[in-house]
Amino acid sequence: MSLDAHDVTWSVDGTPIIDGITVSIPRGRLTGLLGPNGSGKSTLLRLLAGLLRPRRGTILLDGRRLGELPRREVARRLAMVAQETSTDIDMTVADVVMLGRIPHRTGLAMTGRDGPRDVLETEKALARCGLAGWGGRRWSTLSGGERQRVTIARALAQDPTELLLDEPTNHLDIHHQLDLLRMLAGAPTTVVASLHDLNLAAQYCDHLLLMESGRLVASGPPARVLTERWMERVYRVRATVSLSPEGRPHLRYTPLAPAPAP
Amino acid sequence: MPAAPETPGGPVAPGAVTRRGRWPGAITLGGAGLVALVLSVALAVTVGAAGLSVGEVFQSLAARLGLPVTPLPPLQDAIVWELRLPRVLLAVLVGGGLAVCGAVLQALTRNPLADPYLLGISSGASTGAVAVLILGLGSAATLTTGAFAGSIAAFCCVLALAGTGAASAVRVVLAGVAVSQLFGAVTSLIVIWAGDAHGTRSVTFWLLGSLASASWSGVALCAAGAGLALVVCWAAAPALDAFAFGRETAASLGVSPGRTQLTLMVVTALGTSALVSASGAIGFVGLVVPHAVRFLAGSRHRSLLPACALYGGIFLLWADTAARAVFAPREIPVGVLTALIGVPAFAVVMRRGRGTG
Repeated sequence: MSLDAHDVTWSVDGTPIIDGITVSIPRGRLTGLLGPNGSGKSTLLRLLAGLLRPRRGTILLDGRRLGELPRREVARRLAMVAQETSTDIDMTVADVVMLGRIPHRTGLAMTGRDGPRDVLETEKALARCGLAGWGGRRWSTLSGGERQRVTIARALAQDPTELLLDEPTNHLDIHHQLDLLRMLAGAPTTVVASLHDLNLAAQYCDHLLLMESGRLVASGPPARVLTERWMERVYRVRATVSLSPEGRPHLRYTPLAPAPAP
Repeated sequence: MPAAPETPGGPVAPGAVTRRGRWPGAITLGGAGLVALVLSVALAVTVGAAGLSVGEVFQSLAARLGLPVTPLPPLQDAIVWELRLPRVLLAVLVGGGLAVCGAVLQALTRNPLADPYLLGISSGASTGAVAVLILGLGSAATLTTGAFAGSIAAFCCVLALAGTGAASAVRVVLAGVAVSQLFGAVTSLIVIWAGDAHGTRSVTFWLLGSLASASWSGVALCAAGAGLALVVCWAAAPALDAFAFGRETAASLGVSPGRTQLTLMVVTALGTSALVSASGAIGFVGLVVPHAVRFLAGSRHRSLLPACALYGGIFLLWADTAARAVFAPREIPVGVLTALIGVPAFAVVMRRGRGTG
């Protein structure tokens, strides 16, 4: 396992956000992180990325404690795309993606000219996100979905073995959602992505994690997690699950009960 | 609303867009800036009550370098070396240094209104200088020392208030505002308590800034301050780029946000303190020059910071030259001129930036 969490807990002012999660992320697969709003998906991703230190428990990256590794060393292996990265900075797309090379640059090369390897990885990352030839565009002129794809390209430019994505399909039209998930599913990288569209998760993910109120309640292949029982308990919807010819579940939902009067 | 049709299979590459986008190359911008700087210095030295030509300035320089030329008469030589050259160089160093520190603090706090005095430095400097003056130790050297000590004291208060570790940008800004107010109040208190005109005049100097008391020791101090800020911040340029996307993104790119922020804040505070203790708090340069230069050089700090140093220096040099020449023999405070020249210049650059961007 490439990323392991053991009994990890995180709380804010005594309110538990993540409550004793133990999980192993399968290497080289696309893992979908599911759960309703406020179930702790983003916090779990930030803990796994080492951006937050767990109050209790440990997170291991290839068996080594994440908290004891230098930030730069972690960033050479593990990339994270957070949900909102709003900035009005006036940089070109190529410059933004080039930021992903920061952990790989040392000494004078840090600020000096971009090395050939850096340029190559940047261009590869742009191409993988369907952004080949976009290098000269300005970040400030891009739409939300375009910025999202540039940000994912920046993470890919880190050349990570572990990639954590917080709702990467946000702002993307359906065409680009499918493109992105197909690319992630086909990559040799270990990917954890939080997703809201359960049918997309069922279609592309190898492994699913289902969270509820800071706890991990179910994990396994899509057919084991996306069941009528779990949908009713965790999402409070009635789901009709059918299986596609490839054995992937497909869900149709109806509300469980009329919404309570305000 | 009809959406623009998109080509299936991904967007088409926009034709012939270079990697750098539309910003002029670093060589063009840097070369033009260097040439302009050298010419500006040579020209500005000739401006003043005693008429001197550019040729005479170079003649004096060549003679000092030991080249076989006739030296200038001693009086004119002294005007060049003791009066004008220190002042002109001080203007370049202070302008460049303030612009660099302003650009860095704007990136660190993600606040476009940040300037080098954000960390309480200008008010600390005036408190220190006025305290020294009231204690009756008012020689030029002790004044500079007092101002430097005061600004460092103010910065330490800001750090204590904001916390040194992972202080958020908002905390830093609020701490800076609070400490500036505190030191401003202390300065007023000292002046009123002592009740002498000397102190009042001194406060005006520190608040508006002036390059009139330029000396070679001031030039050396400012060269050290501005040089330190430029070198250290330039080395951290990629980290500053990453900061634009927030602390968490910076952290996920391998930049340690707490350590980077503290290092750069300490370096810009030291640099600004050196500049302010030689020239007072000259406003506007550190706030607006970085924005203007971003339109010319883009936001990547690798090119932004050296461009700020060059163009900030040129800008303050001409502002100060105008301050001492336009109403000669009277002098207007250079801080007044930076705004009077700077605002129209900034408007032009901003309009151009919008037109192409």
